[in-house]
Amino acid sequence: MAASTRSQVIALYRMLLKESQKFPSYNYRTYALRRVRDAFTANRKVADPQSVERLVEDGRQALALIQRQVSIGTMFKAQKMVVE
Amino acid sequence: MLSSGRSVAVRLLRPASWLPLRQSSEGRPVSSQQKELIKKRTLEKDELRPLYMDFQATTPMDPRVLDAMLPYQVNFYGNPHSRTHAYGWESETAMETARKQVADLIGADPREIIFTSGATESNNMALKGVARFYHAKKRHIITTQTEHKCVLDSCRVLEAEGFSITYLPVQKNGLLDLELLEACIRPDTSLVSVMTVNNEIGVRQPIKEIGNICRSKGVFFHTDAAQAVGKIPINVSEWKVDLMSISGHKIYGPKGVGALYVRRRPRVRLEPLQSGGGQERGLRSGTVPTPLVVGLGAACSIAQQEMEYDHHRVSMLANRLVQKIMSEIPDVVMNGDPEQRYPGCINLSFAYVEGESLLMALKDVALSSGSACTSASLEPSYVLRAIGADEDLAHSSIRFGIGRFTTEEEVDYTAEKCVQQVQRLREMSPLWEMVQEGIDLKSIKWTQH
Repeated sequence: MAASTRSQVIALYRMLLKESQKFPSYNYRTYALRRVRDAFTANRKVADPQSVERLVEDGRQALALIQRQVSIGTMFKAQKMVVE
Repeated sequence: MLSSGRSVAVRLLRPASWLPLRQSSEGRPVSSQQKELIKKRTLEKDELRPLYMDFQATTPMDPRVLDAMLPYQVNFYGNPHSRTHAYGWESETAMETARKQVADLIGADPREIIFTSGATESNNMALKGVARFYHAKKRHIITTQTEHKCVLDSCRVLEAEGFSITYLPVQKNGLLDLELLEACIRPDTSLVSVMTVNNEIGVRQPIKEIGNICRSKGVFFHTDAAQAVGKIPINVSEWKVDLMSISGHKIYGPKGVGALYVRRRPRVRLEPLQSGGGQERGLRSGTVPTPLVVGLGAACSIAQQEMEYDHHRVSMLANRLVQKIMSEIPDVVMNGDPEQRYPGCINLSFAYVEGESLLMALKDVALSSGSACTSASLEPSYVLRAIGADEDLAHSSIRFGIGRFTTEEEVDYTAEKCVQQVQRLREMSPLWEMVQEGIDLKSIKWTQH
Protein backbone atom coordinates (compact mmCIF):
# COMPACT_ATOMS: atom_id res chain seq x y z
CA MET A 1 0.00 0.00 0.00
CA ALA A 2 1.32 3.41 -0.94
CA ALA A 3 2.13 5.67 1.99
CA SER A 4 -0.52 8.20 0.98
CA THR A 5 -3.21 5.50 0.83
CA ARG A 6 -2.10 4.18 4.16
CA SER A 7 -2.54 7.51 5.89
CA GLN A 8 -5.85 7.93 4.08
CA VAL A 9 -7.10 4.58 5.42
CA ILE A 10 -5.97 5.39 8.94
CA ALA A 11 -7.70 8.77 8.81
CA LEU A 12 -10.91 7.11 7.57
CA TYR A 13 -10.70 4.52 10.36
CA ARG A 14 -10.30 7.24 13.00
CA MET A 15 -13.20 9.25 11.56
CA LEU A 16 -15.46 6.18 11.51
CA LEU A 17 -14.70 5.42 15.15
CA LYS A 18 -15.14 9.03 16.16
CA GLU A 19 -18.53 9.31 14.47
CA SER A 20 -19.73 5.89 15.68
CA GLN A 21 -18.94 6.99 19.21
CA LYS A 22 -21.64 9.65 18.83
CA PHE A 23 -24.60 7.25 18.45
CA PRO A 24 -26.88 8.04 21.41
CA SER A 25 -28.32 4.50 21.38
CA TYR A 26 -26.15 2.11 23.39
CA ASN A 27 -26.73 -0.83 21.07
CA TYR A 28 -26.14 1.06 17.82
CA ARG A 29 -23.03 2.70 19.25
CA THR A 30 -21.42 -0.51 20.47
CA TYR A 31 -22.35 -2.28 17.24
CA ALA A 32 -20.94 0.45 15.01
CA LEU A 33 -17.65 0.60 16.93
CA ARG A 34 -17.31 -3.17 16.94
CA ARG A 35 -18.23 -3.54 13.26
CA VAL A 36 -15.81 -0.83 12.13
CA ARG A 37 -12.93 -2.35 14.12
CA ASP A 38 -13.69 -5.86 12.91
CA ALA A 39 -14.02 -4.79 9.28
CA PHE A 40 -10.67 -3.01 9.33
CA THR A 41 -9.00 -5.93 11.10
CA ALA A 42 -10.47 -8.42 8.62
CA ASN A 43 -9.24 -6.38 5.64
CA ARG A 44 -5.86 -5.57 7.12
CA LYS A 45 -3.94 -7.74 4.68
CA VAL A 46 -5.68 -6.52 1.52
CA ALA A 47 -2.90 -5.35 -0.81
CA ASP A 48 -4.50 -5.10 -4.23
CA PRO A 49 -4.84 -1.33 -4.94
CA GLN A 50 -8.22 -1.74 -6.65
CA SER A 51 -9.68 -3.67 -3.71
CA VAL A 52 -8.27 -1.08 -1.32
CA GLU A 53 -9.85 1.69 -3.33
CA ARG A 54 -13.21 -0.09 -3.32
CA LEU A 55 -13.03 -0.67 0.45
CA VAL A 56 -12.10 2.96 1.07
CA GLU A 57 -15.09 4.06 -1.01
CA ASP A 58 -17.35 1.72 1.02
CA GLY A 59 -15.89 3.21 4.17
CA ARG A 60 -16.61 6.74 2.99
CA GLN A 61 -20.22 5.85 2.31
CA ALA A 62 -20.49 4.17 5.70
CA LEU A 63 -19.11 7.33 7.31
CA ALA A 64 -21.78 9.48 5.65
CA LEU A 65 -24.46 6.99 6.68
CA ILE A 66 -23.28 6.96 10.29
CA GLN A 67 -23.28 10.77 10.38
CA ARG A 68 -26.87 10.88 9.07
CA GLN A 69 -28.07 8.20 11.47
CA VAL A 70 -26.33 9.82 14.43
CA SER A 71 -28.20 13.06 13.78
CA ILE A 72 -31.51 11.21 13.53
CA GLY A 73 -30.74 9.29 16.71
CA THR A 74 -29.89 12.51 18.53
CA MET A 75 -33.30 13.92 17.61
CA PHE A 76 -35.18 11.01 19.19
CA LYS A 77 -33.16 10.11 22.27
CA ALA A 78 -34.46 7.59 24.79
CA GLN A 79 -33.51 6.79 28.37
CA LYS A 80 -30.14 5.23 29.11
CA MET A 81 -29.89 1.45 29.33
CA VAL A 82 -29.33 -0.38 32.60
CA VAL A 83 -25.90 -1.56 31.48
CA GLU A 84 -24.61 1.90 30.52
CA MET B 1 -46.51 -41.07 51.25
CA LEU B 2 -49.31 -40.11 53.62
CA SER B 3 -46.99 -38.40 56.04
CA SER B 4 -45.18 -36.47 53.38
CA GLY B 5 -48.56 -35.56 51.89
CA ARG B 6 -49.46 -34.03 55.22
CA SER B 7 -46.29 -32.03 55.42
CA VAL B 8 -46.97 -30.76 51.91
CA ALA B 9 -50.34 -29.48 53.05
CA VAL B 10 -48.75 -27.78 56.06
CA ARG B 11 -46.15 -26.12 53.91
CA LEU B 12 -48.62 -25.00 51.32
CA LEU B 13 -50.88 -23.49 53.95
CA ARG B 14 -48.15 -21.28 55.29
CA PRO B 15 -49.12 -17.62 55.01
CA ALA B 16 -48.65 -16.75 51.40
CA SER B 17 -45.03 -15.66 51.79
CA TRP B 18 -43.78 -18.57 49.67
CA LEU B 19 -45.74 -17.56 46.65
CA PRO B 20 -43.43 -15.19 44.80
CA LEU B 21 -46.03 -14.47 42.12
CA ARG B 22 -48.24 -12.59 44.53
CA GLN B 23 -45.48 -10.61 46.15
CA SER B 24 -44.32 -7.11 45.52
CA SER B 25 -40.69 -6.22 46.08
CA GLU B 26 -41.55 -4.94 49.57
CA GLY B 27 -43.02 -8.29 50.45
CA ARG B 28 -46.65 -7.19 50.55
CA PRO B 29 -49.16 -9.38 48.76
CA VAL B 30 -50.24 -7.84 45.47
CA SER B 31 -53.70 -8.20 44.02
CA SER B 32 -54.10 -9.23 40.41
CA GLN B 33 -55.14 -5.69 39.61
CA GLN B 34 -51.87 -4.36 40.95
CA LYS B 35 -50.05 -7.04 39.02
CA GLU B 36 -51.62 -5.74 35.83
CA LEU B 37 -50.35 -2.28 36.72
CA ILE B 38 -46.83 -3.58 37.09
CA LYS B 39 -47.13 -5.34 33.76
CA LYS B 40 -48.37 -2.32 31.85
CA ARG B 41 -46.37 0.43 33.49
CA THR B 42 -44.38 2.65 31.13
CA LEU B 43 -40.90 3.94 31.89
CA GLU B 44 -40.43 7.25 33.70
CA LYS B 45 -38.33 9.87 31.97
CA ASP B 46 -35.24 9.48 34.14
CA GLU B 47 -35.56 5.73 34.59
CA LEU B 48 -33.11 3.31 33.00
CA ARG B 49 -34.27 1.28 30.02
CA PRO B 50 -34.28 -2.50 30.38
CA LEU B 51 -31.90 -4.21 28.02
CA TYR B 52 -33.40 -6.08 25.10
CA MET B 53 -33.18 -9.86 24.99
CA ASP B 54 -36.25 -10.71 22.95
CA PHE B 55 -34.95 -10.81 19.37
CA GLN B 56 -37.47 -13.51 18.37
CA ALA B 57 -40.38 -11.15 19.07
CA THR B 58 -38.93 -8.39 16.97
CA THR B 59 -35.60 -6.76 16.22
CA PRO B 60 -34.56 -3.12 16.25
CA MET B 61 -34.17 -1.67 12.78
CA ASP B 62 -30.63 -1.57 11.52
CA PRO B 63 -29.57 2.08 10.96
CA ARG B 64 -28.53 1.07 7.43
CA VAL B 65 -32.08 -0.07 6.76
CA LEU B 66 -33.58 3.17 8.00
CA ASP B 67 -31.08 5.07 5.90
CA ALA B 68 -32.22 3.23 2.77
CA MET B 69 -35.90 3.81 3.57
CA LEU B 70 -35.89 7.49 4.44
CA PRO B 71 -35.64 8.90 0.90
CA TYR B 72 -38.85 7.01 0.06
CA GLN B 73 -40.58 8.50 3.09
CA VAL B 74 -39.53 11.99 2.03
CA ASN B 75 -39.07 12.81 -1.65
CA PHE B 76 -39.74 9.66 -3.64
CA TYR B 77 -43.36 9.10 -2.73
CA GLY B 78 -44.68 7.93 -6.08
CA ASN B 79 -47.01 4.98 -6.41
CA PRO B 80 -44.83 2.15 -7.72
CA HIS B 81 -47.69 1.05 -9.98
CA SER B 82 -48.02 4.44 -11.69
CA ARG B 83 -46.80 3.96 -15.25
CA THR B 84 -47.26 7.48 -16.53
CA HIS B 85 -44.70 9.58 -14.69
CA ALA B 86 -41.24 9.68 -13.10
CA TYR B 87 -42.62 9.45 -9.56
CA GLY B 88 -44.01 6.04 -10.36
CA TRP B 89 -40.96 4.87 -12.28
CA GLU B 90 -38.46 5.67 -9.54
CA SER B 91 -40.62 3.91 -6.95
CA GLU B 92 -41.02 0.94 -9.25
CA THR B 93 -37.25 0.70 -9.75
CA ALA B 94 -36.73 0.78 -5.99
CA MET B 95 -39.37 -1.91 -5.50
CA GLU B 96 -37.80 -4.17 -8.12
CA THR B 97 -34.33 -3.70 -6.61
CA ALA B 98 -35.77 -4.73 -3.25
CA ARG B 99 -37.44 -7.76 -4.84
CA LYS B 100 -34.09 -8.84 -6.23
CA GLN B 101 -32.39 -8.37 -2.86
CA VAL B 102 -34.98 -10.60 -1.18
CA ALA B 103 -34.73 -13.19 -3.95
CA ASP B 104 -30.92 -13.25 -3.80
CA LEU B 105 -30.94 -14.01 -0.09
CA ILE B 106 -32.96 -17.22 -0.56
CA GLY B 107 -31.64 -18.22 -3.97
CA ALA B 108 -34.87 -17.44 -5.82
CA ASP B 109 -35.85 -15.56 -8.97
CA PRO B 110 -37.16 -12.02 -8.30
CA ARG B 111 -40.39 -12.92 -10.13
CA GLU B 112 -41.10 -15.49 -7.43
CA ILE B 113 -41.25 -12.92 -4.61
CA ILE B 114 -44.63 -11.48 -3.58
CA PHE B 115 -44.58 -8.61 -1.10
CA THR B 116 -47.04 -8.90 1.78
CA SER B 117 -47.68 -7.20 5.10
CA GLY B 118 -45.68 -9.75 7.06
CA ALA B 119 -45.14 -13.42 7.70
CA THR B 120 -48.65 -13.85 9.12
CA GLU B 121 -50.18 -12.70 5.85
CA SER B 122 -47.69 -14.83 3.89
CA ASN B 123 -48.63 -17.90 5.90
CA ASN B 124 -52.34 -17.22 5.49
CA MET B 125 -51.89 -16.72 1.76
CA ALA B 126 -49.85 -19.87 1.32
CA LEU B 127 -52.08 -22.19 3.31
CA LYS B 128 -55.50 -20.88 2.36
CA GLY B 129 -54.39 -20.00 -1.16
CA VAL B 130 -53.02 -23.41 -2.09
CA ALA B 131 -55.74 -25.35 -0.26
CA ARG B 132 -58.56 -23.41 -1.91
CA PHE B 133 -57.03 -23.46 -5.40
CA TYR B 134 -56.64 -27.24 -5.48
CA HIS B 135 -59.69 -28.03 -3.35
CA ALA B 136 -61.56 -29.90 -6.08
CA LYS B 137 -59.12 -32.81 -5.98
CA LYS B 138 -57.00 -32.34 -2.89
CA ARG B 139 -58.51 -31.83 0.51
CA HIS B 140 -55.78 -32.75 2.97
CA ILE B 141 -53.08 -30.62 4.59
CA ILE B 142 -50.25 -31.62 6.90
CA THR B 143 -48.64 -29.37 9.47
CA THR B 144 -47.01 -29.77 12.87
CA GLN B 145 -48.17 -29.00 16.39
CA THR B 146 -45.33 -26.56 17.02
CA GLU B 147 -46.14 -24.17 14.15
CA HIS B 148 -46.80 -20.49 14.72
CA LYS B 149 -50.35 -19.53 15.73
CA CYS B 150 -51.12 -18.06 12.30
CA VAL B 151 -50.44 -21.37 10.57
CA LEU B 152 -52.47 -23.33 13.11
CA ASP B 153 -55.33 -20.85 12.97
CA SER B 154 -55.38 -20.83 9.18
CA CYS B 155 -55.64 -24.61 9.39
CA ARG B 156 -58.58 -24.32 11.77
CA VAL B 157 -60.36 -22.10 9.25
CA LEU B 158 -59.67 -24.59 6.49
CA GLU B 159 -60.96 -27.38 8.71
CA ALA B 160 -64.21 -25.47 9.06
CA GLU B 161 -64.32 -25.26 5.25
CA GLY B 162 -64.21 -29.04 5.06
CA PHE B 163 -60.49 -29.74 4.61
CA SER B 164 -58.94 -32.44 6.70
CA ILE B 165 -55.78 -31.41 8.56
CA THR B 166 -53.12 -33.58 10.16
CA TYR B 167 -51.29 -31.87 13.02
CA LEU B 168 -48.14 -33.95 13.32
CA PRO B 169 -46.62 -34.35 16.77
CA VAL B 170 -42.90 -33.65 17.12
CA GLN B 171 -40.31 -35.66 18.96
CA LYS B 172 -38.97 -34.79 22.39
CA ASN B 173 -36.23 -32.66 20.84
CA GLY B 174 -38.79 -30.64 18.87
CA LEU B 175 -37.90 -32.17 15.50
CA LEU B 176 -40.32 -33.74 13.09
CA ASP B 177 -40.14 -37.50 12.54
CA LEU B 178 -39.59 -37.86 8.77
CA GLU B 179 -40.96 -41.40 8.60
CA LEU B 180 -44.13 -40.26 10.29
CA LEU B 181 -44.46 -37.42 7.80
CA GLU B 182 -43.99 -39.76 4.86
CA ALA B 183 -46.58 -42.16 6.25
CA CYS B 184 -49.11 -39.35 6.67
CA ILE B 185 -48.96 -38.08 3.08
CA ARG B 186 -52.11 -39.20 1.23
CA PRO B 187 -52.99 -39.09 -2.46
CA ASP B 188 -55.25 -36.11 -1.74
CA THR B 189 -52.66 -34.15 0.27
CA SER B 190 -52.12 -30.76 -1.32
CA LEU B 191 -49.70 -29.08 1.08
CA VAL B 192 -47.21 -29.75 3.84
CA SER B 193 -46.33 -26.79 6.05
CA VAL B 194 -43.39 -27.00 8.46
CA MET B 195 -41.55 -24.02 9.93
CA THR B 196 -37.80 -23.74 9.38
CA VAL B 197 -36.73 -22.41 12.79
CA ASN B 198 -39.14 -22.55 15.70
CA ASN B 199 -39.88 -19.17 17.26
CA GLU B 200 -40.03 -20.47 20.83
CA ILE B 201 -37.38 -23.16 21.15
CA GLY B 202 -35.17 -22.35 18.18
CA VAL B 203 -34.96 -25.87 16.71
CA ARG B 204 -34.20 -26.23 13.00
CA GLN B 205 -36.41 -28.70 11.21
CA PRO B 206 -34.79 -30.91 8.56
CA ILE B 207 -36.24 -28.78 5.75
CA LYS B 208 -34.11 -30.24 2.98
CA GLU B 209 -35.19 -33.79 3.80
CA ILE B 210 -38.83 -32.73 4.11
CA GLY B 211 -38.53 -30.95 0.76
CA ASN B 212 -37.23 -34.13 -0.85
CA ILE B 213 -40.06 -36.21 0.58
CA CYS B 214 -42.69 -33.72 -0.57
CA ARG B 215 -41.22 -33.37 -4.06
CA SER B 216 -41.06 -37.15 -4.51
CA LYS B 217 -44.71 -37.48 -3.49
CA GLY B 218 -45.86 -34.54 -5.63
CA VAL B 219 -47.03 -32.49 -2.66
CA PHE B 220 -46.41 -28.76 -2.30
CA PHE B 221 -44.16 -27.76 0.56
CA HIS B 222 -44.52 -24.49 2.46
CA THR B 223 -42.12 -23.36 5.16
CA ASP B 224 -42.49 -20.45 7.53
CA ALA B 225 -38.94 -19.12 7.57
CA ALA B 226 -39.62 -15.89 9.47
CA GLN B 227 -37.08 -16.83 12.15
CA ALA B 228 -34.58 -18.36 9.75
CA VAL B 229 -34.18 -16.00 6.80
CA GLY B 230 -31.03 -13.94 7.05
CA LYS B 231 -29.77 -15.98 9.98
CA ILE B 232 -28.96 -19.29 8.37
CA PRO B 233 -28.06 -19.91 4.72
CA ILE B 234 -31.20 -20.70 2.72
CA ASN B 235 -31.60 -21.90 -0.82
CA VAL B 236 -35.09 -22.66 -2.01
CA SER B 237 -33.90 -24.76 -4.97
CA GLU B 238 -31.59 -26.87 -2.86
CA TRP B 239 -34.25 -27.33 -0.19
CA LYS B 240 -37.01 -27.96 -2.77
CA VAL B 241 -39.29 -25.50 -1.02
CA ASP B 242 -42.37 -24.38 -3.00
CA LEU B 243 -43.56 -21.58 -0.75
CA MET B 244 -41.66 -19.64 1.90
CA SER B 245 -42.81 -16.93 4.30
CA ILE B 246 -40.45 -14.09 5.15
CA SER B 247 -40.85 -11.33 7.72
CA GLY B 248 -39.20 -7.90 7.68
CA HIS B 249 -39.08 -7.08 11.35
CA LYS B 250 -37.31 -10.28 12.37
CA ILE B 251 -34.28 -9.40 10.26
CA TYR B 252 -33.70 -5.83 11.44
CA GLY B 253 -36.11 -4.46 8.86
CA PRO B 254 -39.33 -2.48 9.28
CA LYS B 255 -42.54 -3.85 10.77
CA GLY B 256 -45.54 -4.27 8.52
CA VAL B 257 -43.76 -5.86 5.59
CA GLY B 258 -42.91 -9.38 4.58
CA ALA B 259 -42.76 -11.56 1.52
CA LEU B 260 -43.97 -14.86 0.19
CA TYR B 261 -41.83 -16.90 -2.13
CA VAL B 262 -44.00 -18.74 -4.65
CA ARG B 263 -42.24 -21.21 -6.95
CA ARG B 264 -42.69 -20.76 -10.70
CA ARG B 265 -41.27 -24.07 -11.89
CA PRO B 266 -42.99 -26.41 -11.14
CA ARG B 267 -45.66 -23.81 -10.83
CA VAL B 268 -47.55 -23.35 -7.58
CA ARG B 269 -50.94 -21.72 -7.94
CA LEU B 270 -52.77 -19.83 -5.23
CA GLU B 271 -56.18 -18.36 -4.80
CA PRO B 272 -55.60 -14.75 -3.67
CA LEU B 273 -57.05 -13.64 -0.34
CA GLN B 274 -57.50 -10.03 -1.40
CA SER B 275 -59.30 -8.76 -4.47
CA GLY B 276 -58.38 -5.45 -6.04
CA GLY B 277 -56.04 -3.82 -8.47
CA GLY B 278 -54.17 -6.98 -9.32
CA GLN B 279 -50.76 -5.93 -8.02
CA GLU B 280 -48.11 -8.59 -7.29
CA ARG B 281 -49.23 -10.82 -10.19
CA GLY B 282 -52.80 -10.60 -8.92
CA LEU B 283 -51.89 -12.59 -5.81
CA ARG B 284 -51.80 -9.65 -3.44
CA SER B 285 -53.76 -6.64 -4.56
CA GLY B 286 -53.06 -3.34 -2.88
CA THR B 287 -50.38 -0.71 -3.46
CA VAL B 288 -46.96 -2.01 -2.52
CA PRO B 289 -45.58 0.20 0.29
CA THR B 290 -42.35 1.38 -1.36
CA PRO B 291 -40.51 2.57 1.79
CA LEU B 292 -41.26 -0.67 3.62
CA VAL B 293 -40.22 -2.97 0.79
CA VAL B 294 -37.07 -0.90 0.26
CA GLY B 295 -36.39 -1.50 3.97
CA LEU B 296 -37.05 -5.23 3.60
CA GLY B 297 -34.72 -5.36 0.60
CA ALA B 298 -31.98 -3.48 2.43
CA ALA B 299 -32.41 -5.72 5.49
CA CYS B 300 -32.06 -8.81 3.25
CA SER B 301 -28.98 -7.56 1.50
CA ILE B 302 -27.34 -6.56 4.81
CA ALA B 303 -28.30 -9.94 6.28
CA GLN B 304 -26.65 -11.69 3.36
CA GLN B 305 -23.50 -9.64 3.73
CA GLU B 306 -23.39 -9.98 7.54
CA MET B 307 -24.66 -13.55 7.94
CA GLU B 308 -21.33 -15.17 8.77
CA TYR B 309 -20.24 -12.35 11.05
CA ASP B 310 -23.58 -12.25 12.89
CA HIS B 311 -23.83 -16.01 13.20
CA HIS B 312 -20.36 -16.26 14.66
CA ARG B 313 -21.09 -13.55 17.19
CA VAL B 314 -24.56 -14.78 18.15
CA SER B 315 -23.21 -18.30 18.73
CA MET B 316 -20.43 -16.92 20.90
CA LEU B 317 -22.83 -14.85 23.01
CA ALA B 318 -25.35 -17.68 23.30
CA ASN B 319 -22.66 -20.05 24.57
CA ARG B 320 -21.52 -17.44 27.01
CA LEU B 321 -25.05 -16.99 28.39
CA VAL B 322 -25.83 -20.69 28.70
CA GLN B 323 -22.45 -21.41 30.23
CA LYS B 324 -22.82 -18.67 32.83
CA ILE B 325 -26.32 -19.71 33.84
CA MET B 326 -25.80 -23.47 33.80
CA SER B 327 -22.54 -23.35 35.75
CA GLU B 328 -24.15 -21.36 38.57
CA ILE B 329 -27.51 -23.02 39.05
CA PRO B 330 -28.58 -26.67 38.95
CA ASP B 331 -31.76 -28.08 37.42
CA VAL B 332 -31.85 -25.88 34.34
CA VAL B 333 -33.11 -27.61 31.22
CA MET B 334 -32.56 -26.39 27.69
CA ASN B 335 -35.64 -27.03 25.59
CA GLY B 336 -35.29 -28.32 22.04
CA ASP B 337 -32.57 -30.19 20.24
CA PRO B 338 -29.08 -29.12 21.38
CA GLU B 339 -27.54 -29.50 17.90
CA GLN B 340 -30.21 -28.84 15.28
CA ARG B 341 -30.94 -25.28 16.28
CA TYR B 342 -30.45 -21.60 15.63
CA PRO B 343 -28.14 -20.48 18.47
CA GLY B 344 -29.76 -17.06 18.97
CA CYS B 345 -32.96 -18.52 20.45
CA ILE B 346 -32.37 -20.13 23.81
CA ASN B 347 -35.30 -21.56 25.76
CA LEU B 348 -34.44 -22.55 29.31
CA SER B 349 -36.64 -24.11 31.96
CA PHE B 350 -35.71 -23.30 35.54
CA ALA B 351 -37.18 -26.11 37.61
CA TYR B 352 -39.12 -25.12 40.77
CA VAL B 353 -39.38 -21.50 39.66
CA GLU B 354 -42.47 -20.03 38.08
CA GLY B 355 -41.56 -18.47 34.73
CA GLU B 356 -43.92 -15.54 35.16
CA SER B 357 -42.47 -14.59 38.55
CA LEU B 358 -38.96 -14.84 37.17
CA LEU B 359 -39.94 -12.54 34.30
CA MET B 360 -41.30 -10.04 36.80
CA ALA B 361 -38.22 -10.30 38.96
CA LEU B 362 -36.03 -9.71 35.91
CA LYS B 363 -37.69 -6.40 35.12
CA ASP B 364 -34.38 -4.93 33.94
CA VAL B 365 -34.27 -7.35 31.07
CA ALA B 366 -36.87 -7.49 28.29
CA LEU B 367 -37.58 -11.21 28.05
CA SER B 368 -40.52 -13.43 27.26
CA SER B 369 -41.67 -16.88 28.22
CA GLY B 370 -42.55 -17.68 24.62
CA SER B 371 -44.20 -16.16 21.60
CA ALA B 372 -45.18 -12.50 21.93
CA CYS B 373 -48.65 -13.30 20.56
CA THR B 374 -49.46 -15.44 23.59
CA SER B 375 -47.38 -13.62 26.20
CA ALA B 376 -50.50 -12.11 27.80
CA SER B 377 -51.82 -15.45 28.99
CA LEU B 378 -50.40 -17.43 31.87
CA GLU B 379 -50.94 -20.72 30.06
CA PRO B 380 -47.77 -22.70 29.43
CA SER B 381 -46.67 -22.60 25.83
CA TYR B 382 -48.28 -25.13 23.48
CA VAL B 383 -44.90 -25.63 21.83
CA LEU B 384 -43.38 -26.85 25.08
CA ARG B 385 -46.37 -29.09 25.66
CA ALA B 386 -45.94 -30.51 22.18
CA ILE B 387 -42.33 -31.49 22.87
CA GLY B 388 -43.58 -33.34 25.93
CA ALA B 389 -42.19 -31.00 28.58
CA ASP B 390 -43.70 -31.66 31.99
CA GLU B 391 -46.34 -29.19 33.04
CA ASP B 392 -44.10 -27.71 35.73
CA LEU B 393 -41.13 -27.30 33.38
CA ALA B 394 -43.35 -25.76 30.73
CA HIS B 395 -44.49 -23.23 33.33
CA SER B 396 -40.93 -22.32 34.26
CA SER B 397 -39.49 -21.56 30.85
CA ILE B 398 -37.91 -18.35 29.60
CA ARG B 399 -36.82 -17.51 26.08
CA PHE B 400 -33.58 -15.56 25.63
CA GLY B 401 -33.18 -13.93 22.24
CA ILE B 402 -29.76 -12.81 21.11
CA GLY B 403 -29.15 -10.76 17.99
CA ARG B 404 -26.92 -8.47 15.99
CA PHE B 405 -26.91 -5.66 18.55
CA THR B 406 -26.49 -7.73 21.72
CA THR B 407 -23.30 -6.99 23.68
CA GLU B 408 -21.17 -9.02 26.06
CA GLU B 409 -22.17 -6.70 28.92
CA GLU B 410 -25.85 -7.37 28.27
CA VAL B 411 -25.31 -11.12 28.28
CA ASP B 412 -23.30 -10.96 31.50
CA TYR B 413 -25.86 -8.71 33.15
CA THR B 414 -28.72 -11.02 32.15
CA ALA B 415 -26.91 -14.13 33.34
CA GLU B 416 -25.98 -12.55 36.64
CA LYS B 417 -29.50 -11.24 37.36
CA CYS B 418 -31.03 -14.49 36.26
CA VAL B 419 -28.85 -16.57 38.58
CA GLN B 420 -29.55 -14.19 41.45
CA GLN B 421 -33.31 -14.23 40.99
CA VAL B 422 -33.60 -17.96 40.41
CA GLN B 423 -31.70 -18.57 43.63
CA ARG B 424 -33.89 -16.09 45.50
CA LEU B 425 -37.14 -17.55 44.19
CA ARG B 426 -36.02 -21.08 44.91
CA GLU B 427 -35.16 -20.17 48.48
CA MET B 428 -38.75 -19.01 48.91
CA SER B 429 -40.22 -22.06 47.22
CA PRO B 430 -41.50 -24.94 49.35
CA LEU B 431 -41.11 -27.21 46.34
CA TRP B 432 -37.39 -26.50 46.20
CA GLU B 433 -37.16 -27.09 49.94
CA MET B 434 -38.85 -30.46 49.56
CA VAL B 435 -36.57 -31.45 46.68
CA GLN B 436 -33.57 -30.56 48.84
CA GLU B 437 -34.98 -32.91 51.50
CA GLY B 438 -35.17 -35.67 48.94
CA ILE B 439 -38.92 -35.80 48.40
CA ASP B 440 -39.90 -36.84 44.89
CA LEU B 441 -42.42 -34.22 43.77
CA LYS B 442 -43.95 -36.57 41.24
CA SER B 443 -45.08 -38.91 44.02
CA ILE B 444 -47.21 -36.25 45.67
CA LYS B 445 -50.94 -36.33 45.13
CA TRP B 446 -51.84 -32.68 44.84
CA THR B 447 -55.58 -32.95 44.61
CA GLN B 448 -58.06 -34.98 46.59
CA HIS B 449 -60.07 -36.43 43.70
